[in-house]
Formats: sequence, structure tokens, C-alpha cells
Amino acid sequence: MAARKTTPKPNVSSEELTQFYRDMLLIRRFEEKAGQLYGMGLIGGFCHLYIGQEAVVVGLEAAAEDGDKRITSYRDHGHMLACGMDPNGVMAELTGREGGYSKGKGGSMHMFSKEKHFYGGHGIVGAQVPLGAGLAFSDKYRDNGRVTFTYFGDGAANQGQVYETFNMAALWKLPVVFVIENNQYAMGTAQQRSTSTPDLHTRGEAFGIPGEVVDGMDVLAVKVAGKTAVGHCRAGKGPYILEIKTYRYRGHSMSDPAKYRTREEVQKMREERDPIEHVRIMLIEGKHASEDDLKAIDKEIKAVVNASAEFAKESPEPALEELWTDIYAEAT
Amino acid sequence: MTKSNERKLTIARSMAEAVAQEMRVDPSVFVMGEDIGPLGGVYGNTRGLIEEFGAERIRDTPISETAFIGAAVGAAQDGMRPVVELMFVDFFGVCFDAIYNLMAKNIYFSGGNLKVPMVLMTSTGGGYSDGGQHSQCVYGTFAHLPGMKVVAPSNAYDAKGLMTAAMRDDSPVVYMYHKGLQGMGWLGTEAGATVHVPEESYTVEIGKAKVVRQGKDVTIVSLGMGVHNALKAAKTLEGQGVSAEVVDLVSLVPLDRETIRASVAKTGRLIVVDEDYMSYGVSGEIIASVTEHDISVLKAAPKRVAFPDVPIPFARVMEQYCLPNPDKIVAAWDEMKAA
Repeated sequence: MAARKTTPKPNVSSEELTQFYRDMLLIRRFEEKAGQLYGMGLIGGFCHLYIGQEAVVVGLEAAAEDGDKRITSYRDHGHMLACGMDPNGVMAELTGREGGYSKGKGGSMHMFSKEKHFYGGHGIVGAQVPLGAGLAFSDKYRDNGRVTFTYFGDGAANQGQVYETFNMAALWKLPVVFVIENNQYAMGTAQQRSTSTPDLHTRGEAFGIPGEVVDGMDVLAVKVAGKTAVGHCRAGKGPYILEIKTYRYRGHSMSDPAKYRTREEVQKMREERDPIEHVRIMLIEGKHASEDDLKAIDKEIKAVVNASAEFAKESPEPALEELWTDIYAEAT
Repeated sequence: MTKSNERKLTIARSMAEAVAQEMRVDPSVFVMGEDIGPLGGVYGNTRGLIEEFGAERIRDTPISETAFIGAAVGAAQDGMRPVVELMFVDFFGVCFDAIYNLMAKNIYFSGGNLKVPMVLMTSTGGGYSDGGQHSQCVYGTFAHLPGMKVVAPSNAYDAKGLMTAAMRDDSPVVYMYHKGLQGMGWLGTEAGATVHVPEESYTVEIGKAKVVRQGKDVTIVSLGMGVHNALKAAKTLEGQGVSAEVVDLVSLVPLDRETIRASVAKTGRLIVVDEDYMSYGVSGEIIASVTEHDISVLKAAPKRVAFPDVPIPFARVMEQYCLPNPDKIVAAWDEMKAA
């Protein structure tokens, strides 16, 4: 990919740019901390980090309105933080504690917040895609003008249920944005080794769903594309596909040393395309913020993340009685 | 012998009536599935609904079970109350992920943050030579997996009440109706399933079995079509001086183990009749419910009359050989007595 351009876009305010920086940095630092806790044995299972992909969710959240919904796969921590869920509750779920969003019964891949319109957190590749259409159906049925962001990866784009859902969503003109986070690897399989045609944004053509490709390392570009997509949906024109080209710096999960790609490839992306560095340079060069301002933000974020780690360590292990609750909906 | 105040309905009609009555009072209820609209459901259970509620709420889907069952899960998580049809339960193979990994687990995975108030209705059973991909019951498969309630009515009264209860439940309910009880002429039907159904809306409790025939010598436990076979066998046994009690499970999950145990404690003998495959299934679970609890109540080893562990064959003579029937139940009693 070409070297980054650092010319600030004219239509972004200092406040918004600063917010992007803050939101992306929160995800980055949170994920780094999760990686540390995993290394310390405090987080079990697999743990899928979002580092490198931060601009995708932060840009799209900037295009969302109150009440819009989101649903994603197992690489979900970034989505939860970006929509305003409490870092303490997310981290404590990673450590499987009582204070976690799911009281320790869901783990890294299974968290939900009705309050923030976050509908998971799902562990089966592609399985959240039909659910996303169902959320959009619910909005259409109620005619409330809301849109659902249904995220999935380049790997999931080869799951059959995605195409069942495309057909149904287009047929019923559901207000759903299908967000393909193309981080170029389906676990360890590079896209060119798994996918017959590389342009995933064209995958909706057979169903009449428009799509576009977006630079996912540029939060401003993501926001602009997100606005186009939600505008399409809110106008009653049905679904829209955004293929957002991004890159994950870490392995598929914490157990993956990522031997299927070179160290140089990752290094090059980090040096030339890092989405947070991109915004940092814009802030400084555009004189939106000083180095000291950014240091203050860094410090603030660090404190939030450290507090979440402390909370996640201190929160008690779930009582075993909790095993038997929530199998069915509790009476209200 | 129809009394003047009786209002006999088929299961198909009673299901449609329950759905219609609930849809009139709850706008969050909608129906989705293959050919549940103008066609009225292959088994008649949505007939008349599209005329009253329109295509927005009575929603024909593409033949994409994963997509529309998954969509129902999504809508239910957002507070809608979908009633979704999987036309034949045999088709669960193409969409089970949406059912057992999503529908059944998301309440738990969310720590109760979400509810999943949906009904998955699906047809079961064979006996009409439809081959092995359109004749199964797979009750045990669904009942085995935690997080979803499973009901199976044997008659139109229970069918209506269970459907209403299922639609009002905040947890997912799998509603398994037997094709041979639906009252569809072309299928051949069990007359005993067509009974008096009150006009007003009512519920039948999910998780409560019913003693549908009192007896003292042997307990026959079954569900769905098997209940009618059990009642017929009980009548034959009565002619031989044997008093059989028949328990209709009504629900598989939650399973009313208390009612089963109480009946077997009284009779001392147990025969389980199940149209699902014999091994690793409902029949074994029922027997374990009794023997784990108190084996001393048994005067004889329990017996099972269930579908043998073979794929369901097409040829009528082969399929009928495999299916449970009243004669097999009577034979099970004879063996039990001889042992």
C-alpha cells in the first residue's frame, strides 16, 4: 500500500479528530492490556484482539445515530468499547468474573448490552449475519428509522449463510449495513488462498446490494463511507455493503504466533498505515492538538485501562449458583 | 356423540387460532417460514392468518432456514416475538447452528441481559412413506441440548394452550407437532387428536405432564402420536384384565419427572413409547428418571417401544414394521409379565 498521506481532511473538527484519537487509543491500550492479562494466565480460552483494526469501528460509530444497533463476531472488544460499553465490564468478562457483562458465563466472545444496542459477540464464523438481518427486520417492522451494523470478516464472507441473508435482506429491503472487516487473513489463511475473487464489496451484486471498498486504516474515510451506507439504509433502499480493508497486527487469537506471514509485512503496516498514528499526525500537523494534549489523553486512557484490569482482577469469581440462572429468561 | 357445546378442532386449526388470538393483542408477534402465507402452511397450521394479518406479519421466506431462523433470533433479542416454522424437523441439519448455538444459548451468554422470546414450530413423524429425510422425530436431539424448552402436543386442546404459552414465554420454545395428528386429510390422521377446544385464549403449562388414563398395573409413558398408540393398547389390555395408566409428557423440556415417578410408584411397571430412535434418546431418559430416583418401586425391568436404530425406510412394509403401534405395546406388556 502507498505511504500515508497526512493532509488533514477539511471537514473534521478538532474535537472530532481528538475523539477519534481517544476512542482508538482506548481500544488499542485495552487490547494490549488484555494480551498482558492473557499472558499472565488471567484470561482463558482464545482471545481475539482488535489491534490494528481500530479505525473501522470508531469510524462507523461516528456515522451511527442513537438507537442504531451493532452485532459482530468473536473479535468484539473494540466494538463494545466503541459503542460506549464499560471497559470494566468487558475486561471482567474476559477474566470470567462476576462483574463481567455476562457474569462470567459468556467470556470474550459472548457479551451483550441491550442498553448500548450491542447484540454480541458471537463465536461461530458468520453466524451473527442472519441475526443482524433479524435486528434490522425488527427496526423495519417498527418503522423506527434505525440501522443495524452487521460486522463480519473476510473469512466469514465464504460462509453460505451470508448469502442466504443477503438475499433475504435485499428482498425485504432491510436497513442493515453489512460491514466486511477484511483484515486479509481467515485465521491463518491469506485471502488469496481462500477466496476466488478478492473484491468482497462486489459480493452483493447478484442480490442488487450496492457495495464499496473503504480504506480501513483511515478513520475519516470509514466515517464518510459509513454515512453513505446508513443514508442508503435510512432512505428505505435496503442493505449496503462496506468492505473495509484493514489489518490485524496480532495473530488470529492469542494462541496464534502468525507464522503464515512475515514479520516485515506486519512491521510495514504498523509503520506506514497505523490508524492511530495517522490521526496523531493529523492532530499535530493540523495544530488541532499539542504533544502535551495528546500525552494527557494517553495518560487518561492508561488510567481507564489500568482501572479495568484492576476491576477484572478484583471482581469475585462467579458463585456456582450462578450456573443455574439465565438458562431461560428470568421472570420479570 | 358430539355434545352440542363441543367445538372440535384439529391440531392444525387450534394452532392457527392460538397464533391469531395472540397476534390480535400483541403486535410484536409475527410468523415467518416457508409457505406459511397464502399456502397456509404445509400442515395447515397457519391457514387463514395472512388474510387477517397481511404479508408483513405473516411472512413467507426464501428457502434459507439458517437465514430466517437466525433472523428470528435477532428479532427476538430485540423484543419481537417471532413464531418461526421449520417445515420438517428433518431440515434442522441445515440450520441447527442458529437453533442450538444461538437461540438456545444467548440468554445464558448474556447473563440474562437479553431474552429470546421465540417459538420454533416444526413438524415431526412419519408413517406415510415419505422416506428418511421427511419422517423423523428427533425429539431427543432437541431435548438433549440445554437452553430451549421443547413441547409436543398430542391433541388440539393442548396444542392451542401450548402454543399460547410458548408465544408468551420469554425463552425459546421448540414446538414439535406430529404430522399424523394434524387433521390433514391427505396424510391420514389420528381421530383422537381432534378434540374440544375452547374458543377463548388459554394456556397449557409448559413442563407439566398429564395422566390421560388412570390405571394401576403398568404405566405407559409417551408423547405426541405415541399417546394415542398407548391409549389404544391400554384399551386392549383392559380387555385382558390389565389396568394401564397412560402419561402424556406434553413437554420434553422441562421434563415433568415427578408425574412419571408418581405414576410408576403406583403401578410398579413402566413401558415407554417413543417414535424417535431408540438409543440415546427420550425413552432412555424416562427410564433413568425412575431408576435413578428409586429403583425399588419397579416390579419388573422397564420396556421400550421405540423406532429401531436404522434410517427410516421408504417401503411401507419396512416403515410400518419399525414404527411403534398398539400391538407392540401390548407385546411389551406380555414380555414384561413373562419375565
